[in-house]
Amino acid sequence: MATNVLMPALSPTMEQGKLAKWMKKVGDPVKSGDILAEIETDKATMEVEAVDEGTLSAILVEEGTDNVAVNTPIGVIVAEGEDASAAAPPPNGSVSAKAPEPAKPGAADVAEKPQPAGVPIESAGPPTKAATHGLTGGAPAEAAPEVPEGTAFVSVTVREALRDAMAEEMRRDGDIFVMGEEVAEYQGAYKVTQGLLQEFGARRVIDTPITEYGFAGIGVGAAMAGLKPIVEFMTFNFAMQAIDHIINSAAKTLYMSGGQMGCPIVFRGPNGAAARVGAQHSQDYTAWYSSVPGLIVVAPYTAADAKGLLKSAIRSPNPVVFLENEILYGQQFDVPQLDDFTVPIGKAKVARPGKDVTIVSWSIGMTYALKAADELAKEGIEAEVIDLRTIRPMDTETILASVKKTGRCVTVEEGWAQSGVGAEIAVRVMEGAFDYLDAPVARVSGKDVPMPYAANLEKLALPNVGEVVAAAKAVLYR
Amino acid sequence: MAPALKTARPEANGSVPAPAKSNVPPFTKEEDFSAYSEMLMIRRFEEKAGQMYGMGLIGGFCHLYIGQEAVVVGMQMAQKQGDKVITGYRDHGHMLACGMEAKGVMAELTGRRGGYSHGKGGSMHMFSKEKHFYGGHGIVGGQVPLGAGLAFANQYRGDGTVAVSYFGDGAANQGQVYESFNMAQLWKLPIVFVIENNRYAMGTSVTRSSAQPDFSRRGLSFNIPGEQVDGMDVRAVRAAGAKALEWCRGGNGPMILEMQTYRYRGHSMSDPAKYRSRDEVQKMRDEQDPIEQVRNRLLNEHKAKEDDLKAIDAKVRSVVTEAAEFAQHDPEPDPSELWTDILL
Repeated sequence: MATNVLMPALSPTMEQGKLAKWMKKVGDPVKSGDILAEIETDKATMEVEAVDEGTLSAILVEEGTDNVAVNTPIGVIVAEGEDASAAAPPPNGSVSAKAPEPAKPGAADVAEKPQPAGVPIESAGPPTKAATHGLTGGAPAEAAPEVPEGTAFVSVTVREALRDAMAEEMRRDGDIFVMGEEVAEYQGAYKVTQGLLQEFGARRVIDTPITEYGFAGIGVGAAMAGLKPIVEFMTFNFAMQAIDHIINSAAKTLYMSGGQMGCPIVFRGPNGAAARVGAQHSQDYTAWYSSVPGLIVVAPYTAADAKGLLKSAIRSPNPVVFLENEILYGQQFDVPQLDDFTVPIGKAKVARPGKDVTIVSWSIGMTYALKAADELAKEGIEAEVIDLRTIRPMDTETILASVKKTGRCVTVEEGWAQSGVGAEIAVRVMEGAFDYLDAPVARVSGKDVPMPYAANLEKLALPNVGEVVAAAKAVLYR
Repeated sequence: MAPALKTARPEANGSVPAPAKSNVPPFTKEEDFSAYSEMLMIRRFEEKAGQMYGMGLIGGFCHLYIGQEAVVVGMQMAQKQGDKVITGYRDHGHMLACGMEAKGVMAELTGRRGGYSHGKGGSMHMFSKEKHFYGGHGIVGGQVPLGAGLAFANQYRGDGTVAVSYFGDGAANQGQVYESFNMAQLWKLPIVFVIENNRYAMGTSVTRSSAQPDFSRRGLSFNIPGEQVDGMDVRAVRAAGAKALEWCRGGNGPMILEMQTYRYRGHSMSDPAKYRSRDEVQKMRDEQDPIEQVRNRLLNEHKAKEDDLKAIDAKVRSVVTEAAEFAQHDPEPDPSELWTDILL
């Protein structure tokens, strides 16, 4: 009986890949465990092993083919004695699966200007108003765009944008190095550090053992001594083991030393849920880190912001927690082609202007927010979508300016609602725009459960576009 | 070539071996005077801090170094300019030994603006980049990977300096210590891990907390050489420190020194010390006091004059008195300091 060899998935989020190389020819004998072919995605390379014995009777997808969808038959193995003609027919349709549509960049992306290099805007200071908690916002949104008119754009993935940001900064400053699990020879567990070892060598691109607590502490110590480490966590779920050094050592030392001991370090990696990885690999830590004075917390959505903000984070003299998202890594966005494109820390962006309701989100939450805005537009509701980009210091003024215009506010996050970032935004809106509100602030968040594994339950646990649409309508009393 | 790995003798009963009275290289008269003066400064400073704590002038936690002075003074005598030092919360002695001013340390203890951290750090959190002192860390064991990070920076820059990370027998049981041992040896980081074994992790004796009470062996599975040192004899400390620092400076990776020492006072000022007898403490003071050892050598072997020692005593007392005066009369930090030094 002929058996089809199918294009395997390397991860739960993989939809397609490249068939890089066939290791067997048609007619070659195959036994279980033999390597048939190599496949590549943008984050990994893997060998396809045979599970059946027989003869490779047909190759259905030639090597070098891009965009082969998962589960596409790529070859046929026939058992001994069988005729090769018994092979299954080639699959109907094209082998090149439809590429996922690049996420739509925020409308304001095309109208941004570069910040002057080396001056990320950050702020921390005494309260300016009646509130006594000392929580302060970031810089007020500037009217001027971040990219000059006439700038060319190039479409890159978030993953490439992050890598480019690190490479550009490492070329600029020899004190910057990258350390973490699999960042060097493996080229990054999610391929974010791809190529860095080849360009910068093992002295500056350092594979660590699987010891988050230890290497986070070593990174902080090196930063105290004046180096500028980029510490990659394979995911922020594992950084929970290292959170002592992130908070007790990195965030607090400047204060405890009366300003002597700065800590110029970036902790980065994917945060929050990927897909089908269960509760221990799916937590969103945005709210945890955002509650800590002495830290800067950044969570970009677009590739342009990922690049511009990571460059600003690396240049920052402060400890920055840089929260990425695995699902966004492969998404493409337009990034301005500029020699030194940075995005200021502490500044939100109006990703889509509107007048009826304000939707505030960041990171992957923006995918729900922007799609919901599209849906709402079909019903004549113009939602203004704000991409927070930096969570701490929070750009309260941009939120308030929008809410004062719309009178209604919905927050969207994948993290839990209790003590979440949405809760914080709601309070700030209450404190700063109470009289402008026409409805209570609504929160859309991850459900109050550990992340389940089953596909249907996981979908239920995460926010969705429908919930954002419903929340927006609720605050509009529609 | 590397000195052979010294394996401390196995202790079948798990008890802490008495410090070996080996042949230690002698000190010159000048060296003994210097060690005496440095150790006495720490002792008198700590006595004054204890007194001021009792008067309510120092708040929070206050961990005194009395009894352990020979460790940090001996190590400091072996270090070279630029070597970085980091320690835990029992840090006053380390700061004084690094050359930080008694006034600034004491004013930090009282929470005044002239303190090293402008009153915002307190007893456990002081720093001086100028003196290569990197804290002062309050989380038990935190200074071990941080110290390895300092050593990483030394190696990255190739500046030939070594980091010295001090931690106690209690911290030596923290998991992050072994993560650091692994990476330090893997990357051959120039760091001396100084385990100050003062026999009690807060109130829990070594024998009740540690499956392997010979701390010099704690790096064996990482092939980190270790040595037990009589931490009450400043000469033994300096000799072992010099050897370890040379080992690290030579690119051989880290080394562990277990300093067998003793603290006379409680874990902190609020420790009633019910876990050990007065006799035990008294016996240690009578027989092994690090300062008395030097004093006796100065008088008996170096034929120093009693007056010379008295002059040192007087000078030390005046520095400590002046520091205490300053720390009581320096103003508290300005309220605006609440909002500074959060971010750069």
